[in-house]
This record gives sequence, C-alpha cells and structure tokens, in this order.
Amino acid sequence: MAINGSANMIGYGLAAIGPGIGIGLIFAAYISGVARQPEAQSRLQSIAILGFALAEALAIIGIALAFVLS
Amino acid sequence: MSSTMTMVLAATGIRAEGGGGAFETPGPGNFDLPGFFEIAGTPVTKPMFQLVLAGVIVFGFFWLASRRATLVPSRLQFAGESAYGMVRNSVGRDIIGSQDYLRYTPYLFTLFFFLLLNNFFSSVPGIQFPTFSRASMAYALAGLSWVIYNGVGIRKHGLIGYLKLQTVPSGVSPVMYPLLVPLEFFSNILVRPVTLALRLFANMFAGHLLLILFATGGLYLIQNEGIVGLVAGPIAWLLMIAISFLELLVQFLQAYVFVLLNAMYIQGALADEH
Repeated sequence: MAINGSANMIGYGLAAIGPGIGIGLIFAAYISGVARQPEAQSRLQSIAILGFALAEALAIIGIALAFVLS
Repeated sequence: MSSTMTMVLAATGIRAEGGGGAFETPGPGNFDLPGFFEIAGTPVTKPMFQLVLAGVIVFGFFWLASRRATLVPSRLQFAGESAYGMVRNSVGRDIIGSQDYLRYTPYLFTLFFFLLLNNFFSSVPGIQFPTFSRASMAYALAGLSWVIYNGVGIRKHGLIGYLKLQTVPSGVSPVMYPLLVPLEFFSNILVRPVTLALRLFANMFAGHLLLILFATGGLYLIQNEGIVGLVAGPIAWLLMIAISFLELLVQFLQAYVFVLLNAMYIQGALADEH
C-alpha cells in the first residue's frame, strides 16, 4: 500500500501536543471550579471557552503552516 | 475485492481518486471548487451562493418570527426571542457590561446566526461545504470586526487615547515601554484580526478535510486492499459518521467563540483607563 502525502503532517501532530495539554488543563480547572462552586458555572464558562480559544490558536497556526510550508 | 462490491460502487458512480494506484491524500486542492459561471472573469462558486443563502435564511426566519409580535408569543416568536435572548444575555450583557451592550447586540446577534448557519452548511446534505473553509471569506468577516472594534474605541477615546489604551499596559514602569508598546501594538492591533479569521477558517477547513480523508480513504481500502480493506474500510466510514457529530459541536462552538471574542474586543476598546 502506497500513501502519498507530506511529512509536514507528522510535525504538525507533534506541534499539536502542546495546545492539547493546554486545553486539557483549562477544562480540568473549569470542571473542578464548577464542582466546588456550581453557582459560578455561567461566569466560569465564558472564561473557559476564551482560554480554550486562545490555546487552540497555537494549534491552528500550526495547521496553517503545515499546509503553507512545503 | 469481491465483484458484487465493484458493481455496487460502479452503479453509484463512486470512484476513489486514483483508485487502483497509490492513494491520493486529500489536500487544499479539494476546496478549489469550479465556478458555476463567470462574471467579468471572476468565477461564481458555491460558497458565494451559500453566503447569500445564509443571509436570506437568517433574515427570513427572524423577520417571520418578529413580524406579528404578541404579548403571548406564538411558537415561532418564542423560538426567535429565545435565540435573540441567548446572544444578548450570555454574550452581550455578560461581556460588554449592562451599560453599553444594547448598542452592539444587533451586530453580535446577526454575526452569530450568520456564522452558525454557514458552518452548519458543512453538515447539510446536498450542500456539505463549510463556507468559511475558504480563507478569504473568514478574512472579510474579521476585517469587518476589526473596523468595528477599532472604530468604537477611537470614537470613545480619540485616536491618541485609544492607541494609549490598547498599547500602554498599566502598572508597568515606564522603563519597559520601549519593549512593551510595540509588542502590545503588534498583538492587539495587527495580529488579532488574523487569529480571529484563522481560527474560524482552520477549524472549518480541518474538519471538512478530515471527513474527506475518511470518506475517500475508506473507499480506497475497500477497492484496493482485499479482505483487510473490506473490514477496515467500513470502520473508517463508521468513524466518519462519529466525526460528523463532533463537527456539529465544533461548528456551533466556533460561531460562539467568534462572537464572544468580538464582544471582548469591543469591551476592551470601550474600557476606561485604569
């Protein structure tokens, strides 16, 4: 079986580890925050999603570069 | 590969790209759709129609929902009002603050449902193409947001006051200004619209690419890899269905995040100096 493709994608997979850990930490903190204080959920939610979006930006810049650089 | 399978696939007219040879991995080229027709040398493509369609649907739905507003709402009016209330309260009031949010709610609300519909087009049978997997469309929306949040800030603080608000961090000794001011300018004025657009574009692009990969990869396995492929190919297609549901979540989340960040930028531009 032959597969054609770019080895960039392996690099991208490695680069996505960082944001993956970051997003995991953000939602871990969000879940434990809500578990301790359920009434704070609505306030924590927008902060958690904002943090998720910012951490995710790294992964997104990575995938853009993985396609652009060849 | 069994001959019945070949016949079934031939009857449906499905062929993997380069079937029989090496597997062609899907790439950005899969997103260059041919135009339906040309206007002044510019091809008119499917995503362009989707933009117009989304605008018409969003306008039509909320026009119908608010046309005969009564004290005891009809079902349609209730749906329209709860959708409006969600954006107004959870994005507008919670982020921008109860003083100014009503002025910016119409923009945020329109933006949210326009984006949501365009993202959902990725999963609508017969359309199945996310409009914002074309980067230029996302850049246009982010450019509009850039003009709005900077305009709001300049109108409130004046050009110099606004630049000072965005680039001079408070509580830092002036010795650090030569280092921090260019960095803050770069991050708050120049890079913000780019990350805003890229986040939306890359999520839609990557999600759709993943679906193409599982669809064509499963077909390639079934056609070319004998008994192993006949087992593995359908598994790939089952995974494709599972990923489609994940994509529905991502589509909603990206529309929400885009609008949330817009609200945060407007709030940052309106904030008083501290």
